[in-house]
Amino acid sequence: MEFLKEIFTVLINSIFAQNFVFIRFLALCSFVGMTTSMENSIGMGGAVSFVTVMASVISYALYYFILVPLHLEYLQTITFILTIAVFVQLVELYLKKAVPTLYRAMGIYLPLIATNCMILAVTLLNITEQYSLMMAIVFSIGASIGYTLALILLAGIRIKMRYITIPKFLQGYPIIFIAASFIAIAFLGLQGIAR
Amino acid sequence: MTNLKQVFLRGVLQDNPVLILMIGLCSVLAVSVTTVNAIGMTIAYSFVLIGSELTISAIRNVIPKTLRIPIFIIVIGSFTTIIQLLVKAYSPSLDKSLGIFIPLIVVNCIIIGRVEAFSSKNTMLASLIDSLGMSVGYGMVIVSIAFIRELLGSGTVFGFPIFPSFIKPMLIFVLPPGAFFIIGIEIAIINAINKRLAKNKGK
Repeated sequence: MEFLKEIFTVLINSIFAQNFVFIRFLALCSFVGMTTSMENSIGMGGAVSFVTVMASVISYALYYFILVPLHLEYLQTITFILTIAVFVQLVELYLKKAVPTLYRAMGIYLPLIATNCMILAVTLLNITEQYSLMMAIVFSIGASIGYTLALILLAGIRIKMRYITIPKFLQGYPIIFIAASFIAIAFLGLQGIAR
Repeated sequence: MTNLKQVFLRGVLQDNPVLILMIGLCSVLAVSVTTVNAIGMTIAYSFVLIGSELTISAIRNVIPKTLRIPIFIIVIGSFTTIIQLLVKAYSPSLDKSLGIFIPLIVVNCIIIGRVEAFSSKNTMLASLIDSLGMSVGYGMVIVSIAFIRELLGSGTVFGFPIFPSFIKPMLIFVLPPGAFFIIGIEIAIINAINKRLAKNKGK
């Protein structure tokens, strides 16, 4: 029971109270760039979620089975980013050969994922928060859900925004950030739920 | 000479990495809670950017085309690790408040973007100027956002209170929504400036 409670807390915390986009300010490049349509944001969300969960398992294993025994903890940043880049490349090659339909849907997002700062952040936070492997997986799932949720929310607002007149001064990117600011206020209201 | 000046100014105004190209936003919004943090972040960021641009442009002729991205990542990652260890050793309090955003410099799209687009094709001098311009452009944005957020949100400048105590600061500006709001306004302002500059040039 205690264990379930812990899982639930980490999950809710990473989805809402510490949302990766609105509260922790991670992965903002893709948040602005990929939310032009609903399909784009769902596609990007799915691709990033998959890579985040896999990368956090791989990097966790690398850290505790290779870096710690060799006392090379200070190399974690380089190791993790290379792991993510290699993993993304492998996924791309595999999808191209094995599942071409999925590749066509996900392919354009894959090169962008390697420099998505959320993935590196999740792998690094798994280590600094000293999560167990189970908790690391839960945390990365929560982070991905939070990220996808953020993309979908903003995409919805941007679709609605096509039908209204925006002051000339704020047209383009400025209004997107102001919309994001209001969504962030809503997420701020959820801060108290995970204590 | 005018060419180098243009390279420098492009990073500050027309191609400002944060406000125009919309990359490297994460650290700008997250760290700009106090001006001191913002200056610390700018120093760390400039170190990595200048170091990697100089290194890459020095070895640009021996990098094989197909392996360039992994090599860029290793060079940037090494500089990031150096600054991470330096900050941890000499300023533990700054390390604590910047937290995860120092190692995240490695995935900052500005750096890999400039290395790929500029210094892998240009001389070391031009790369130095370009990285300085980009650093100034980045620093200007992050410090100005931090200054406004600190002034409105906690009523202080560099940590010193400047308003009399009966004026309550607007807490929302140090919280995440304030950051989104202020960067939105700053983007609008720089767009207006650039539009006016372009108009004047056209005349």
